[in-house]
Amino acid sequence: MAGFDKVVSSYEEAMQGLEDNMTIIAGGFGLCGIPEGLIEQIKKMGNKGLTVVSNNCGVDGFGLGLLLEDKQIKKMVSSYVGENALFEQQLLNGELEVELTPQGTLAEKMRAGGAGIPAFYTATGYGTPVGDGKEVKEFNGRPYIMEESITGDFAIVKAWKADRYGNCMYRHTAMNFNPMAATAGKITVVEVEEIVEPGELEPSQIHTPGIYVNRVIKGSFEKRIERRVLAKEAK
Amino acid sequence: MALTRDQIAMRVAQEFKDGDYVNLGIGIPTLAANFVPKDISVMLQSENGLLGMGPYPTEEQVDADMINAGKETVTASTGASIFNSAESFAMIRGGHVDFTVLGAFEVDASGNIASWMIPGKLIKGMGGAMDLVAGAKNIIVTMTHADKHGNSKLLAECTLPLTGVNCITRIITDLAVLEVKDGAFHLTERAPGVSIEEIRALTAGKLVAEGDIPEMQFS
Repeated sequence: MAGFDKVVSSYEEAMQGLEDNMTIIAGGFGLCGIPEGLIEQIKKMGNKGLTVVSNNCGVDGFGLGLLLEDKQIKKMVSSYVGENALFEQQLLNGELEVELTPQGTLAEKMRAGGAGIPAFYTATGYGTPVGDGKEVKEFNGRPYIMEESITGDFAIVKAWKADRYGNCMYRHTAMNFNPMAATAGKITVVEVEEIVEPGELEPSQIHTPGIYVNRVIKGSFEKRIERRVLAKEAK
Repeated sequence: MALTRDQIAMRVAQEFKDGDYVNLGIGIPTLAANFVPKDISVMLQSENGLLGMGPYPTEEQVDADMINAGKETVTASTGASIFNSAESFAMIRGGHVDFTVLGAFEVDASGNIASWMIPGKLIKGMGGAMDLVAGAKNIIVTMTHADKHGNSKLLAECTLPLTGVNCITRIITDLAVLEVKDGAFHLTERAPGVSIEEIRALTAGKLVAEGDIPEMQFS
């Protein structure tokens, strides 16, 4: 079954084919469940003019924030981007474009993109700046706006475990956008904590079937915590 | 006397029914989790993909893979489930979450809410707020009745860019509980010691106060 073996052994191989001006869909919520090594590899490759679709843009010096350092990102499609100074600076200088997208709409855009659905209607954003210029249609007396789905040249995903065939499982809330991102890339690359042999993962417990996955690489993760709040500090 | 943040949260928690699924926004809404009556159970939804959010972790329990929608470390309660973000917003948009509690800059008498963007200031994004107001069956807005300059936040018409339209039915402020219907704010409860006149003075939109308006009860 060598044809199904998706495992690659280097980050160069994992991100091979990435070119300037491509669109990358990235899993992760804040710094939770982000493909740390793949992001570092994109920084190393230095591609410019990238459109990155991700709920957030990391923080200064970590996660997708790394790609701001050499101005590799032309446009971000995100729901919330307030966590890094460099982002703010490039936005105010006009060096970076942002398309703010409601979080649920963003997830659905990825899901629909991966599922071959070009657009969908949602009540989210109707009557707000998000709905400006979008088609409005009424269903059962309620107005909805049309949102177009998203696909990427690459999807970069962080999973917990994958088998060699690319079947993936996520751990806890590090799942977040990763399963949708995995479906929406022309080339989907998954960085995992552990690679196992086919058959070791219980088939019904697999979150992302290997059919969506092109490359799997074993990473090592810092797993930085953005807001460490402990029980006794809780207000 | 105007209510404290904790007292607003306490009043919010009185709205919950046994078996409710509830999404609490950042700030005062989050505090409501501390005041859920002992004899009922509610399950907290965190829109990054957790239903059954537990307390903050101890040092030993801290897990980088376990965070809430505010990106804070968190635990899962007994009987929790974890899922992807599309699934999470399916339950929100699909009307399966019973209650959403969130803050706002402004609410108007048509039930419109503005909570995410102040022109001229840096815009960070709406996160999940637009999906939440478009989807929850019951939305409660918690906020102070007026801003720190004494300007009413309950308006005839919102002035800031909206988060959602015709979606707010209930507001709990530091001064009052109000229902939004028929183009007006209907006063249903007053904070202890706060008069209808005081509330009226700080409500820019149309205020309806019919009959005897009771004070909020805190046990």
